[in-house]
Amino acid sequence: MELSGLWLEYLPVLILLALAAAIGAGFMAAAWVLAPKDPNKEKISAYECGFNAFDDARMKFDVRFYLVSILFIIFDLEVAFLFPWIFEVNEGNIFAFWSMMVFLGVLTIGFVYEWRKGALEWE
Amino acid sequence: MAGFVAEFGVLWGTLLAVAQVLAVMVMLLLTLAFILLFDRKVWAAVQMRKGPNVVGPFGLLQSFADFFKFVFKEIVIPAGANKTVFILAPLMTLVLAFAAWAVVPIAPGWVISDLNVGILYLFAISSLGVYGIIMGGWASNSKYPFLGSLRSAAQMVSYEVSIGFVIITVLLLVGSMNLTAIVSNQADGVWAWHAFAWPTVFVMFPMFVIFFISALAETNRPPFDLPEAESELVAGYQVEYSSTPYLLFMIGEYLNIVLMCAMIAILFLGGWHPPWGPIESAPLPGWAVPIAGFLVLYAKIWFVFFLFAMVKAIVPRYRYDQLMRLGWKVFLPTALAAVIAVGAYRVHEVAAARAAPAAIMEMTGG
Amino acid sequence: MLAGMAFYTLAAVAVVAALGVVSSRNPVHSVLFLILTFFTAAGLFVLIGAEFLAMLLVVVYVGAVAVLFLFVVMMLDVDFVELRQGFLNYLPLGALIALVLLGQIGLVASAVLQNQAVQLNPDATAQLAATNAEAVGSVLYTRYVLVFQLSGLVLFVAMIGAIVLTLRSRVGVKKQSVSRQVGRRRQDAVGLKDVRPGQGLG
Repeated sequence: MELSGLWLEYLPVLILLALAAAIGAGFMAAAWVLAPKDPNKEKISAYECGFNAFDDARMKFDVRFYLVSILFIIFDLEVAFLFPWIFEVNEGNIFAFWSMMVFLGVLTIGFVYEWRKGALEWE
Repeated sequence: MAGFVAEFGVLWGTLLAVAQVLAVMVMLLLTLAFILLFDRKVWAAVQMRKGPNVVGPFGLLQSFADFFKFVFKEIVIPAGANKTVFILAPLMTLVLAFAAWAVVPIAPGWVISDLNVGILYLFAISSLGVYGIIMGGWASNSKYPFLGSLRSAAQMVSYEVSIGFVIITVLLLVGSMNLTAIVSNQADGVWAWHAFAWPTVFVMFPMFVIFFISALAETNRPPFDLPEAESELVAGYQVEYSSTPYLLFMIGEYLNIVLMCAMIAILFLGGWHPPWGPIESAPLPGWAVPIAGFLVLYAKIWFVFFLFAMVKAIVPRYRYDQLMRLGWKVFLPTALAAVIAVGAYRVHEVAAARAAPAAIMEMTGG
Repeated sequence: MLAGMAFYTLAAVAVVAALGVVSSRNPVHSVLFLILTFFTAAGLFVLIGAEFLAMLLVVVYVGAVAVLFLFVVMMLDVDFVELRQGFLNYLPLGALIALVLLGQIGLVASAVLQNQAVQLNPDATAQLAATNAEAVGSVLYTRYVLVFQLSGLVLFVAMIGAIVLTLRSRVGVKKQSVSRQVGRRRQDAVGLKDVRPGQGLG
């Protein structure tokens, strides 16, 4: 049996996940067993400051929230590109540094564009 | 930990690993119980109240009393809710909050799994925190949770970006993504800590502040607690939750806060190294070094948490448009500029250091 | 043996979860299954030693892209029953794409079988690097600089496209102008008026 490999380092993470899930499920089961179960119509209706709920709560909302999450994806990718870059900078690789500067420059133009367009404005 | 399996065989190694993981989790939960009380005590002290003081001496057992109260409460699941997702959401929050601690080095050599990409793992796990909130808000099928989760998602996502850039600036100084390496880089006393190290202090101290504020926003702490703004949204995404599912949300939230405190201590405040020098140089027997290191890191975590609690007590809540403006228009450009500045400084420093011996060689050799 | 067991478990979960994505009735459950698929894929990456890629998969796909998906299916009022009606119309196109993908995977697999894939990676520095993030870094910004810049342009286009498609400026809303707010002087705001008794300001 081979007991090597990078992935063994990840095994405790798996153990941790399993134990955390067990603790969470255990807590919920404890309340399920120990606590009273006495639901009635009022208790299980959706909370709305004492009114009955007017309609379905899942509604359309401002498209801005989508815009924020799309912009987030783009900047998240930018950060992802920066992670391997730190090694090159610490190697003193000037070319890699400038190559990243061009990359960031292009995206900064995009950032300035969205700023000027008012995509970052909330009111 | 992988060492356990290699050393003691599959069965005993795995059992030892499980015991180790359990020890960390129990310690975390105990810390949480007292840090929650501490939070309330600080808050009370600022308002010249006493805070919880009935259960146990000085109210020390308050959190345990709260725990038992949660367990004995009925789990109410709203009629219109999506049951699977409703139950899954708090569970996911808790599991992810614990998962992040797998890579946090709590003392020299004490870490559950010492990943090469530790900081990236933390970044990944913290970006998943948003799921518990979206799922909880959606599954409740009620208006306040829905609006709360919507706000929360946009807010966390916005500050995630600045956190990413700030992490990059620290990594540029270290040249590794391993958390132990990040701590080792700050061994030589307070002037080697990333927040204060010369000459990058002009960039890194503002980055430290940005990280601190972003951490507040990321964990939905006041003054950025808009998802649960109780004056308008009652309690945000948790309105429909009761009993232990609510408790799981709470534990998850506070675990994330303590994690952020630990990250600040590790990234900027020297981790387990005391302010006067490396922990290894302390006059201690070998076995005591990890324990001392753990205590130093623990003290730093409590200190950062004290700052969190003070901010909660004295700063008024932000308005949503101000929050988005701060994240996208102030922190993001500043952090991006800092990445470029630190990168330029570092690449030239390393290149000069590399070039210097070569030049000397040429002179002497020629 | 342990690695093999881990591989088959992960692969089985990935396939089952992927089936769940296309077969579950509730679109939110579909997205949750998709997240599970991403996670198992990340696990598979870890298994072959590509931990950096695994983390990036989680950061970018689970942490960002799937959040957007979840946003869309949870909160957008799409009538899924209506959407499902034209389901079978897309079958030919879907089958075609699936076939092309299958062909590509087959090509890669046959290349690996003939040991040609090893020659695709002649860069010695990449193999000497200690971690695979370093290996990626050592070639991405220098050897593959054009591809790197191209990906920057793709992101740029995506940013512009998102704004052009989704940005609607609303009229009649009040905004806060911080510079105006802070730049206001006492003279612009307050004035002393001498008000005579009984006459008012008129």
